[in-house]
Amino acid sequence: MRYIPNTPDDRSAMLRDIGVSSFEELLEQVPASLRLNRPLKIADGQSEWQVRRDLTHMSEKNLSAMGHACFMGAGSYDHYVPAAVNALASRSEYVTAYTPYQPEVAQGTLQVIFEFQSMICELFGMPAANASMYDGGTALSEAIAMARAHTKRQRIVWTEAVHPSYRRVAETNNIALGMTFDVAPCPNGSQSNDTISMLLGDDVAALVVQYPNFFGIIDDLKQLVDRAHSHGTLVVFVTDPMAMGLLKSPGQLGADIVVGEGQCLGNYMSYGGPYLGLFAASSELVRLMPGRIVGITKDVDGRRGFVLTLQTREQHIRRDKATSNICTNQGLLATRATFYMSMLGPTGLKDIGVASARRTQYLMKKLEAVPGFSIAHKGVHFREFLLKVPGDARLFFKFMSENGILAGIPLTKFGMTDERGLLVALTETRTLEEMDKYVALATGYATGGMK
Amino acid sequence: MKRDVTSLQSETKLIFEHSHEGRTGFQAPPTPDSLPAFELPAELQRKNAPRLPEVAESTAVRHYVNLSTRNHHIDRDFYPLGSCTMKYNPKINDEVAALPGFAGLSPWQPASTVQGALELLGELSDALLEVTGMDNITLQPAAGAQGEFTALLMFRAYHMKKGNVRKRIVIPDSAHGTNPASIVLAGYGVTQLPSDSNGLMDIEALKRTLDEDVAGLMITNPNTIGLFESNIAKIIDLVHDAGGLVYMDGANLNALLGISRPGDMGFDACHINLHKTFSTPHGGGGPGSGPVAIKEKLARHLPVPVLKKNGDLFVWDWNRPDSIGSVHTYYGNFGMHVRALAYIRSLGGNGLHAISENAIINANYLRKKLSPTYQIYIDKPCMHEAVFSGNNQKAKGVRTTDIAKRLLDYGIHPPTVYFPLIVPECLMIEPTESETKETLDEFIEVMQQIDREATETPDLLKHAPYTTPVRRLDEAGAARNLNIRYFDNANA
Ligand SMILES: Cc1ncc(COP(=O)(O)O)c(C=O)c1O
Repeated sequence: MRYIPNTPDDRSAMLRDIGVSSFEELLEQVPASLRLNRPLKIADGQSEWQVRRDLTHMSEKNLSAMGHACFMGAGSYDHYVPAAVNALASRSEYVTAYTPYQPEVAQGTLQVIFEFQSMICELFGMPAANASMYDGGTALSEAIAMARAHTKRQRIVWTEAVHPSYRRVAETNNIALGMTFDVAPCPNGSQSNDTISMLLGDDVAALVVQYPNFFGIIDDLKQLVDRAHSHGTLVVFVTDPMAMGLLKSPGQLGADIVVGEGQCLGNYMSYGGPYLGLFAASSELVRLMPGRIVGITKDVDGRRGFVLTLQTREQHIRRDKATSNICTNQGLLATRATFYMSMLGPTGLKDIGVASARRTQYLMKKLEAVPGFSIAHKGVHFREFLLKVPGDARLFFKFMSENGILAGIPLTKFGMTDERGLLVALTETRTLEEMDKYVALATGYATGGMK
Repeated sequence: MKRDVTSLQSETKLIFEHSHEGRTGFQAPPTPDSLPAFELPAELQRKNAPRLPEVAESTAVRHYVNLSTRNHHIDRDFYPLGSCTMKYNPKINDEVAALPGFAGLSPWQPASTVQGALELLGELSDALLEVTGMDNITLQPAAGAQGEFTALLMFRAYHMKKGNVRKRIVIPDSAHGTNPASIVLAGYGVTQLPSDSNGLMDIEALKRTLDEDVAGLMITNPNTIGLFESNIAKIIDLVHDAGGLVYMDGANLNALLGISRPGDMGFDACHINLHKTFSTPHGGGGPGSGPVAIKEKLARHLPVPVLKKNGDLFVWDWNRPDSIGSVHTYYGNFGMHVRALAYIRSLGGNGLHAISENAIINANYLRKKLSPTYQIYIDKPCMHEAVFSGNNQKAKGVRTTDIAKRLLDYGIHPPTVYFPLIVPECLMIEPTESETKETLDEFIEVMQQIDREATETPDLLKHAPYTTPVRRLDEAGAARNLNIRYFDNANA
């Protein structure tokens, strides 16, 4: 057993020292009727070589974005992950440490989290960020719980252009607290419309908007934010961190809470997890924040150091009065994001934003000209758009995937009824050749009588 | 001169303090000139760029390699943090999780294009069901706390369906903090019962509190004192008889593999911390993974989607009207699922049993060898961890914190301290199966030495540690003068 060092002789010696004659004697508190008196029905242990061979084989049954041109997004993006991020993030010092409960020997982890918080504050234009939530959807859940705690109100208004999966998760996570949810329709894909304001009122804890929105559109949200504030309603921005080199920050637009999915910051798509929930809030809300927060302090010799702080918000101290139940978070993903952002710098972030956005404009323009295809929405799109394909988008996806392209996500995946809708995303890793191939295949698909 | 003679203790710069205008560590792939420009209306444009650090790749690498050396970690030395199961994290697990056919999958791909991934989830689910003796499972929860919450929502749905959602969930006072926090989020009140003098659930107290308002009981087994709840079958019967459901916090499953199964004990649900029992690394705080295994009667309430097999094809079943909804945006922490399966395959059924056997022997060895010096909380054979009180040392004027800090000077990570709350000056020691007898002997010597120091030079302990990158930190000051980001002015 390669992970168990002690030999039968070691064990005998130890049992002797313990003062028992067999291992069984140590189990005297486990009633015989509750013992599993048979071997587990799990196949015999494998050599490392076999494990690698078999799991590699399983992985090869999948159609990977690493071998295909990936135009799928909706919160999970195929950005490039620099080698240095992987090299640093595979160091045992970061990988095999626990939560930094003993700060004197966890300054590496603690300082990285402090740097992470500082970078997230910069991106979102907010004064406070935490050390991570599980993912984008659970970060939104926590934002709603925070808005409820702060306003003592029970109603949430969110738009149709907020990620439907995040909404489903946030609803599940808050339903037992008696929260109710109203969805504001976005008929043109835009969140700048009057029906949203009409749903607001003095009983609304939070208005939730997405920026850029689920359909890739960058809405002008300033007026809506002001309207919500006039009702004493908090405004939650679900924000794409990758757009923050270009767009006005949510903080500048008046956001009270900003959440988002940080997978795009140096983490792999990995079939949906582990991901990185981002969470930032205004100063007024700091003491209601969920999760770990790192702060600066000094040691007894006056040296700068870092510690977990405001722990009286957390479950291990406050138990049933805690702001959240989160304990283990997504630390290593936040660590990777920190490495990534530090190498990107302001110019890298902006360059990726521009590279993704220009590719998006290009593909939109080209596809618009293909007979049978159209772009669903007007407005400025960042790196994603809703394409209308001829016929069922699932069939188009299948056709494209057989030709080496993961063409987008059929809207029906999100429980939406529009069978022709396909959500298409572009990152800086899509090449001109791939885009032109997309257009050529689409053209052939339309004219070749839709297979 | 900027440089000093280097010493063990030092301050490090923040990455922002290495920043130098005009430097970068990244080059984006080129965008052909023929592509249209990105035209953003002025009112949407950002005026001040976010002040991310401006450093070359080499500077970033050096900075973060240097920072990393300021961490204790399991690959460096002993880490007997009770309840956290700091076992060795096999390297092959990380390698297979990074395979392009796993790491490169979009969660939105149709099931037909990810059959290998779903097969893996199916095999992991089956193995976890065999280990727990349960009927069905969700891999969705991202950590133990989320697993607790998920199961409690299922309890809620179950009771709702029966016409009375009920009001309270019972826990013992030795429960982990996530238990009461999850209960409140699930819309229930918390009834906390004192443990009995053996550190176990007090059956009489339980009987007194059980009524039609009790939705269920949450209990950790082995409990947080490291003891098997030997009356668990009786306890579960009592709760069931009162119409309640019973949840096992499975954080301590490392004691039970192939020995005893929560399903056979009668539990209705339990979570499994893959980041404890199944060796996925803790990453300085996460990610984890907290699958929830359940009995058939709760299956209709499982979060969507549920993995299902149609003939030869794995699919996700979304059509489940009684589901609680979804607790995670996708299917949980898939990368951790890959690692856990690699671990289970490496060990096999017998290997898993050997894990628990060795974990229990190691814990009892420490119990026996340390109890002449440190006061064992309950003097009985323990399971995977041994829980002591620092009372003997407190009598000498030394607190458990001081013992913990002194251990750092010897290069050992302290046990979990001051938890469970019911043990005065608590030291909760979980060695795991990964440690050799030699390491345990060394630890015992160090603990004995620290006890001698407590007698002879108590002040030495009160000011420890001395050899760590920084010394004792002012935690109260950090909360008082809150400083949680580098730039103190907002930059929008
Ligand atoms: C007994 C117990 N219950 C629950 C948890 C919570 O698990 P997690 O940190 O994965 O959310 C832990 C670990 O931290 C624990 O030790």
